[in-house]
Amino acid sequence: MKKLSSKIYMYALFTFLYLPILVLIVFSFNASKSMARWTGFTFDWYIKLFQDEAIMSALLNTVIVAVAASVLSTILGTMAALGIHSMKKTSKSVIMGVTYIPVINPEIIMGVSLMLLFKFFVDSFGFRFGFVSLVLAHISFDVPYVIYNVLPKLRSMNPNLVEAAKDLGCNSKKAFFKVVIPEIMPGIFSGFLMALTYSIDDFVISYFTSGVKVQTLSIAIEAMTRKKINPEINALSAIIFVVISAILITKNILENRKLRRERAQFRAAQRKESAI
Amino acid sequence: MKTSKALAIPYIVWILIFTIIPLGLIVVFALTDSSGSFTLQNLFDMSTYMSVLFRSIFFAMIATIICLILAFPAAYIISRAKSFNQSSLIVLIMVPMWINFILRTYAWMKLLDPNGLINNFLGLFGIGPLNLINNAGAVILGMVYNYLPFMILPLYSVMVKIDQSVIEAAQDLGSSRLSLVRRVILPLSMPGISTGVIAVFVPSVSTFVISRMLGGGTNDLIGDIIESQFLGTSYNPHLGSAMALVLMVIVLFMMSLFNQFGNEEEGAMI
Repeated sequence: MKKLSSKIYMYALFTFLYLPILVLIVFSFNASKSMARWTGFTFDWYIKLFQDEAIMSALLNTVIVAVAASVLSTILGTMAALGIHSMKKTSKSVIMGVTYIPVINPEIIMGVSLMLLFKFFVDSFGFRFGFVSLVLAHISFDVPYVIYNVLPKLRSMNPNLVEAAKDLGCNSKKAFFKVVIPEIMPGIFSGFLMALTYSIDDFVISYFTSGVKVQTLSIAIEAMTRKKINPEINALSAIIFVVISAILITKNILENRKLRRERAQFRAAQRKESAI
Repeated sequence: MKTSKALAIPYIVWILIFTIIPLGLIVVFALTDSSGSFTLQNLFDMSTYMSVLFRSIFFAMIATIICLILAFPAAYIISRAKSFNQSSLIVLIMVPMWINFILRTYAWMKLLDPNGLINNFLGLFGIGPLNLINNAGAVILGMVYNYLPFMILPLYSVMVKIDQSVIEAAQDLGSSRLSLVRRVILPLSMPGISTGVIAVFVPSVSTFVISRMLGGGTNDLIGDIIESQFLGTSYNPHLGSAMALVLMVIVLFMMSLFNQFGNEEEGAMI
């Protein structure tokens, strides 16, 4: 009884979460522009989407901004994490407190506050809104996620490893690149991925800091939704849905497999032990 | 180890320029007029928008409560599933989160339309067409739909740590299902609840996209007003900054209220 009600509840919840997205996807193949009546199958909206220059240039802009911002914030954030890790408690907690601000601050406030800063740059040194302002804004909200991913790896690293490397003849620089960096690499990588996804997904902060010339994909999508009917959006949602699901599901399968393999190895080791 | 502290210097400079100074600019703009002299007029002018401010807080609170009610059983069910099922269920919760949120909101815009799919479906039974969009309910629905995963994930991350034997012990000692929830699961989930409440309330109270797309201008929120002061028709960054300042105070108040409940390191990271 309890099991059944749980199942029904979860099915209802997933219906609520997925129904709107599935409707968009189904109607991306609809021959007419209507989102309410099915009139026949077509691929036209996909073809139109790829011919839409505004969308394609927005996609390119998004990739450029997201890659630039996440690479730079990975470097800045990893350096920061290394520095913060070796600080004393008080200065560490002050910096971590400030690092928390972009994470909890409402996006609109980050957006308008950076807009005011860039306006000031425009007035004082002829700065222009565009790629540079976008990348600077994105780095500002990306860096905390890199720090949050790298710091735990530094904390869980055995401090004797560096000493051991030095005893075995490494100088500090070599010990750092041969021992510390490989140890924290998983954290750096997941921080980079998080920064990348947040950058690609961002609308609000980009909206206030992009100016009028450069559009990212989110901004282009928002502009499209203001038009009454536009089935290209449905096609775009379908593509995004397939890509995101593929990435997340593959990641999940790989993790599960790794877990299973580790368990199997653990059991084999136990069996060996008991045989002896 | 001395050189390694210096590695944080670029970041410290960065947060000074791109986090601290911009927030300072908001305060400065809020307290000055267009000629740059000190004034409290912007804060007084806020009184015109009091109803908008209260509506934002009210909508965000309703959305947060609905999310909590929906997420609590879901997170609990997931946390008691087999471990392989758990990770798949969590992925299923996360997939919609990674789809651009404007697209998700657009989907509801189309579903709720007077000529949309829901009304067409109801029409088959001779009901409607109902007014589903451009009202308060649609805006709150948009908030719940977009931010529900933000409540489920932190709740799940604390509930998964609750030992099954603790629950069994309560049951063995004769606790009913209601008192099991109220006296065991709820107190142990408190850090997740406070994280989830903040994670839903903050984006809800400050949104302008959801209210614009699903409210159709009938239920403007504080975010809409701020947006229109910076990029919209009524350009006035001084008044906009005053509103942003008030919004920040609301958010800080909420955070200090809810951070008391649990230590925030736990489950704080989604």
